[in-house]
Amino acid sequence: MMTRKTPVIHYMNQFFAGIGAEEQAGARPMWFDGSKGPGRLLESADSELQVIGTIAAGDNFMAENLEAGVDAVLALLDTHLAEAADRPKLLLAGPAFNAGRYGMACAAVCMAVQERLGIPAVTALHPENPAVDNYRRQVTIVRAASNVMGMQDAVDGMVRVGMKRVRGEPIVAAADGTLLRGLRQNHFAASSGAERALAMLLKKLSGEQFETEYAMPVFDRVPPAPAIKDLATATLAIVTSGGIVPHGNPDRIESASASKFGAYSIAGLDSLTAETHQSVHGGYDPTYANADPNRVLPLDALRALERAGRFGRLHDIYYATVGNATSVRRAVRFGQEIAAMLVNVGVQAVVFTST
Amino acid sequence: MTLTLHKSNVRNVQLGTTTALEAGTLTVDDTALTAQLQQRDERIERVAVHVALPGEATRIVCTKDVIQPRCKIDGESVGEGTTHALENVAVVTCGPIVGFQEGIIDMSGPGADYTPFSKFCLVVIEISVVAGTSPHQHEAAVRAAGLHAAEWLAASCGEAIPDRSEQILWDEVVVDAALPRIAYIDMVLSQGLLHDTYVLGRNASEALPCHLDPRILIDGGVVSGNCVSACDKTTTYHHQNNPVIAELLAGHGTRWNFTGVVMTNEPTRLAAKQQSAQRAIALVQELEADGAILSKEGFGNPDADLMMLIRGLEAAGVKTVAITDEFAGTDGASQSLADTTVEADAVVSVGNANQRLALPAMQTVIGPLPDIARLAGGYAHSVSEDGTMEVELQAVIGATNQLGVGRLSCRAV
Repeated sequence: MMTRKTPVIHYMNQFFAGIGAEEQAGARPMWFDGSKGPGRLLESADSELQVIGTIAAGDNFMAENLEAGVDAVLALLDTHLAEAADRPKLLLAGPAFNAGRYGMACAAVCMAVQERLGIPAVTALHPENPAVDNYRRQVTIVRAASNVMGMQDAVDGMVRVGMKRVRGEPIVAAADGTLLRGLRQNHFAASSGAERALAMLLKKLSGEQFETEYAMPVFDRVPPAPAIKDLATATLAIVTSGGIVPHGNPDRIESASASKFGAYSIAGLDSLTAETHQSVHGGYDPTYANADPNRVLPLDALRALERAGRFGRLHDIYYATVGNATSVRRAVRFGQEIAAMLVNVGVQAVVFTST
Repeated sequence: MTLTLHKSNVRNVQLGTTTALEAGTLTVDDTALTAQLQQRDERIERVAVHVALPGEATRIVCTKDVIQPRCKIDGESVGEGTTHALENVAVVTCGPIVGFQEGIIDMSGPGADYTPFSKFCLVVIEISVVAGTSPHQHEAAVRAAGLHAAEWLAASCGEAIPDRSEQILWDEVVVDAALPRIAYIDMVLSQGLLHDTYVLGRNASEALPCHLDPRILIDGGVVSGNCVSACDKTTTYHHQNNPVIAELLAGHGTRWNFTGVVMTNEPTRLAAKQQSAQRAIALVQELEADGAILSKEGFGNPDADLMMLIRGLEAAGVKTVAITDEFAGTDGASQSLADTTVEADAVVSVGNANQRLALPAMQTVIGPLPDIARLAGGYAHSVSEDGTMEVELQAVIGATNQLGVGRLSCRAV
């Protein structure tokens, strides 16, 4: 008895489908039963794979309104899947090499198919294709040459990686020839961390090639804002990552890896007390912050300075989150959102306390 | 100085009316143990002793420390003489939360893969302290009770004939001068306020950096007293069974020359960090090391200590490999460390501690379950009514231990 082949949908542009060149770039998405053009190469790369349908669309049609274009592709797919005997197990798009419009369409179709239909999808692009930056996190992209000379390698790569996705196997960029998605992913290595450390050090000492398991990132450097000329009329705000919140933690900010920040009124409040406020930060011993929350959010000192006329006034709302194990990326978002709100109400400077 | 470890394998633990090790089964007189722990410390109000075995549907929550049961048979001081160690068994202390950073041990299911302690027979000591005890006294009481219980267990089995005997050889080994000279920098948390480690009874914030004979570490000279996130807390068990030292001793004299251990701390103030780093680097240079392995405890603030050490060592011509965990966000899309340096070109990653983990319900839960939501790595919705849980890996004890105990790693995809 013959084993059933893996049913696959193939997406390509008007050119590779043989519809026409630039003059057909406005072509709406259309369906073809079976394989077309490079789709035949997909089938010959793996005899277990069968292209059950091909969708082709014009480069300009997709590029001019990508969202609507993707919707049209998915609508077409829906119509034909309703009639199909087999639900496809995979969508392959391209390869699109370094073609900008085509690359965007391939990546966007892949993302939509996996998100909306739950079908794994793979494309192949040159690393400098503009779609790579936009989609690398969400879409599995096989590394391709810049032009059609690299067709066979790109097809082989797409098929190999695509079949791994069908089987639910993890994709490892270095081994599978895919572009890095820019994500960190846990896995169990063959030996312990201590054994790996010794092996790496021996290589480093003998001048052999070694591969670090975490390449150091380059941090953003934020230039400081210019100094305030007249502090006596300036509105200041206070913001903390030290986890000082109203007693009872009304927003349930997490003690580590915070998913949110809180905005709390200090209007008319002269200082914080153990009864009114508390620390929810999980990275330090909160005993002393709980006994006197001004130690982390120095409202008492700021009020004294405000009364002495050292600055104009203190903003009525303070913002607080927990910095403990909160990822840099999320912290950047909190910072941007808080800054936007403060700028909006005319705050000129912020006292930021960390722990 | 010679150190000999007598090792007795434990295959099963049960509660009973006497404490003894017979044919691989450790029987624990829980009544006697409970009475002892309560009598010797007036801060302790209540003690309950439980047993948790590998493969059981048991979850231990709010774990404070894990300790291997050992006792001294002969010898004047730590690091020399003969020590009896019970293998494959550990004392676990747990109870109401002290800091936010006690951890979870699952004895089976997906969570068990991430903690080394799910493979051991565990004697769990659940401790409550008298109302009004300060957090610092609470921590000290639990720490002392755990150490006492571990020693008492091993001493009660003193009559047992060990399964094997292991002599720890180090500076008496004659080493070929052509082999690379490798030192080990063991960074321990010492930020005060429940983030403390004790080296030969002294707080690491005062007594370090210093050279330390590896046999002193192996023989229990370093004790954990801290409440850092469970995933990368170096428990007392980890100090007793430091895998970097085990690996360095295993290849000592054949593959490299293990020149020694520098214990160093992770202070909170910048000037103290700089001073500790300078002194630790000088101590490595005294060992004339060609290369050094660095292990870290905790994350965030200690990343700065690690980077200072790497920068200074590489500038001094000592090649480094550092072991660290990552906090790359639940989606893995963030930068992983709080500080970096270009000289850190050889890093072993022991995993992204922000990874989420769905844990099934367990038949038995030991420890105060409602406290989970307040733990680092827990969420407000961590415990569902059906007993399933969702946590970050950082709530699992030992999951990303930075001595490199486990095989967990992290890679770019």
